[in-house]
Amino acid sequence: MANKIQTEQLQQRGREYKYGFETVIEQDTFPKGLNEDIVRAISQRKGEPDYLLEFRLKAYRWWAQQPAPTWAAVEFPPIDFQDIRYFSAPKSMARPVNEAGEVDPILVRTFQRLGIPLREQERLTGVAVDAVFDSVSVGTTHQKMLAEHGIIFCSFSEAARNHPELVQKYLGSVVPPTDNFYAALNSAVFSDGSFVYIPKGVKCPIDLSTYFRINARETGQFERTLIIADVGAEVSYVEGCTAPARPENQLHAAIVELIALDDATIKYSTVQNWYGGDAAGRGGIYNFVVKRGRCAGKRSKISWTQVEAGAAITWKYPSVVLLGDDSVGEFYSVALTNNQMQADTGTKMIHIGKNTRSTIVAKGISCDQSKNSYRGLVRIAPGAENARNYSQCDSMLVGDKAAANTFPYLEVSNPSAIVEHEATTSRISAEQLFYLQSRGLDTEAAVSLLVNGFCKDVFKTLPLEYMVEAVNMLELKLEHSIG
Amino acid sequence: MLRIKKLKARVKDGPEILHGITLTVNAGEIHAIMGPNGSGKSTLARILAGHPDYEVTGGDVHFQVNGEWQDLLGMEPHERAKAGVFLAFQYPVDVAGVSNVTFLLAAYNAIRRARKEPEADAFEFRELLVEKAALIDLDPSYLDRAVNLDFSGGEKKRNEILQMAVLEPTLAVLDETDSGLDVDSLRIVAEGVNRLHAAHRAVLMITHYQRMLNYITPQFVHIMMDGRLVRSGDAQLAHEVENRGYDWLKETA
Ligand SMILES: Nc1ncnc2c1ncn2[C@@H]1O[C@H](COP(=O)(O)OP(=O)(O)OP(=O)(O)O)[C@@H](O)[C@H]1O
Ligand SMILES: [Mg+2]
Repeated sequence: MANKIQTEQLQQRGREYKYGFETVIEQDTFPKGLNEDIVRAISQRKGEPDYLLEFRLKAYRWWAQQPAPTWAAVEFPPIDFQDIRYFSAPKSMARPVNEAGEVDPILVRTFQRLGIPLREQERLTGVAVDAVFDSVSVGTTHQKMLAEHGIIFCSFSEAARNHPELVQKYLGSVVPPTDNFYAALNSAVFSDGSFVYIPKGVKCPIDLSTYFRINARETGQFERTLIIADVGAEVSYVEGCTAPARPENQLHAAIVELIALDDATIKYSTVQNWYGGDAAGRGGIYNFVVKRGRCAGKRSKISWTQVEAGAAITWKYPSVVLLGDDSVGEFYSVALTNNQMQADTGTKMIHIGKNTRSTIVAKGISCDQSKNSYRGLVRIAPGAENARNYSQCDSMLVGDKAAANTFPYLEVSNPSAIVEHEATTSRISAEQLFYLQSRGLDTEAAVSLLVNGFCKDVFKTLPLEYMVEAVNMLELKLEHSIG
Repeated sequence: MLRIKKLKARVKDGPEILHGITLTVNAGEIHAIMGPNGSGKSTLARILAGHPDYEVTGGDVHFQVNGEWQDLLGMEPHERAKAGVFLAFQYPVDVAGVSNVTFLLAAYNAIRRARKEPEADAFEFRELLVEKAALIDLDPSYLDRAVNLDFSGGEKKRNEILQMAVLEPTLAVLDETDSGLDVDSLRIVAEGVNRLHAAHRAVLMITHYQRMLNYITPQFVHIMMDGRLVRSGDAQLAHEVENRGYDWLKETA
């Protein structure tokens, strides 16, 4: 099953994507195709307990009966799921690794280049990182310090072995394996990801984060993140991701499940920078992700922030099920599409408990020939007395070939609900840019002013260091499209 | 301070609009350009500011910065602003999401940096802005509104003058800043221009109406027709145009 990745000079694909390199490393990769044997092989490779294999097989059998969904406002040729490899890991990472100290130096260098230092002496102080490379977590930092607070932060594989009671209780409890086609696919073949448990009353002292790197060719990445905040706990979690710039598409189908118990708060931020394809629409990641949180207790709060700037196709709706009374759900999103990228993203706020509140702020920026859709559902269940939702959806068009859509869905079954929706569409024009420049601002400063102005309500919800990164990422892409 | 020589220009991949403009503006002078619709006045103004739609096909433009002549056409729009050129737009552009004060502070500091002068912080800048806004009778609430968004036509023009007053250019090019203003606004805007005017500064104003010239007296009036300056004179020429129109100039052109 092993094959050595050939050195490949990846074409320079525009100055706006500096993460398009490929790491040359010996990988252990499964043959193409998906069947029960592959599912078993993944489970075996990870040394999983039986309950997980059962979970996977059930999901696989359901998935195999389903047609792929086509309802999103995105277009792509049917995916041949037998033409994808479902597992690839660096050979050096065959045995489980606990602390980042033991990581293969090639991988350390790769993550270094991505701005994620893994070595103890260099690593970031304010944030713990779980680094995922293709199908495996290659290291998690700060574990000891976190353990002193009773916090569990580790790769999913590790959690499955060391914390089976938590995994068994919560895995699939928010996104059941049969929730939808891609959820089932992930549930069958997921290979790694991060696991977080914050015990009762503990406020996580630093940000936790996962960095997802796709490297191997023709391989899908199917990770799984599970975060549980026990009663009164608090955590801020951030994920980032990049991939090599290749002329073929690659599939990334992940699941993120969040559970917040009474008075717990989870803040989940994403800075998504997958390779998005070239100007002709060749290559890029298909980013089909299911993200959902459950405010399971009274006054629990889940807040999603996403800054999506990459991927050929983005198809995801980070959602919150507001089960507990007085619970709060938030969704703050900036989705930028350029070249021929397509995004169909938004959220679902499902109000079930009394006095539940949700806020949606979605900003779409469409450049070049890209297509950017907001799709959002606000559902107020019959028992959700005094539920409130406020939604604001703004689209910004750059140039005259880009498209923007909004699809807000509203299902209100309780008359006491107050639901507000506002939407605007604007356009960045060359004239606007010239106007700003004529007052002394260079292109960079002018674009930054425009982007910050449009996105400030979302940016301010990101942790500070990531805000800077997110702003830079968007500015770089926009300058390319405007200038 | 401004020397335009035989300037020819066209819209990129389009027909030639300016067919050889020669004009010199010295420090301390006020020039007015008048001319029929579509004759190329705004094109000239926009080319001076560096608008990307146009391509210069002949001639040159030089601009004096600290006594030194520089090739204006070789500069980026923001560099021209930093060198002291300001264009009050005929149609000011609105910018959603960016407040007037945020925008102007960024511009002000960019220009201060270029001039190696200390930058202003947000607090002192607001004070300065409130003061300048009062001079042109613009309510301070406009400072926190998005740049020009939902401003009335006259408010947009006054906002241009506010920007000019803050950025203190050495050459102010005013493209029909008087159009669409009521009598009071006209006087306020003219006062704003006069206040800025000084021995080391110059004004190039494009206008259709004599009435603006009642407040701001130009030493020179030029008539542009079909991409050429066909006649230059003193303020009297503006009166003549007001009375007789442009047709009589056609024959002499
Ligand atoms: N960006 C452009 N694209 C196409 N045509 C243009 C462009 N700019 C100017 N023109 C054309 O050039 C000619 C001169 O236009 P300009 O705006 O300079 O006239 P003007 O003298 O300012 O007229 P007005 O008094 O109506 O403001 C017009 O025929 C106009 O249509
Ligand atoms: Mg004009």
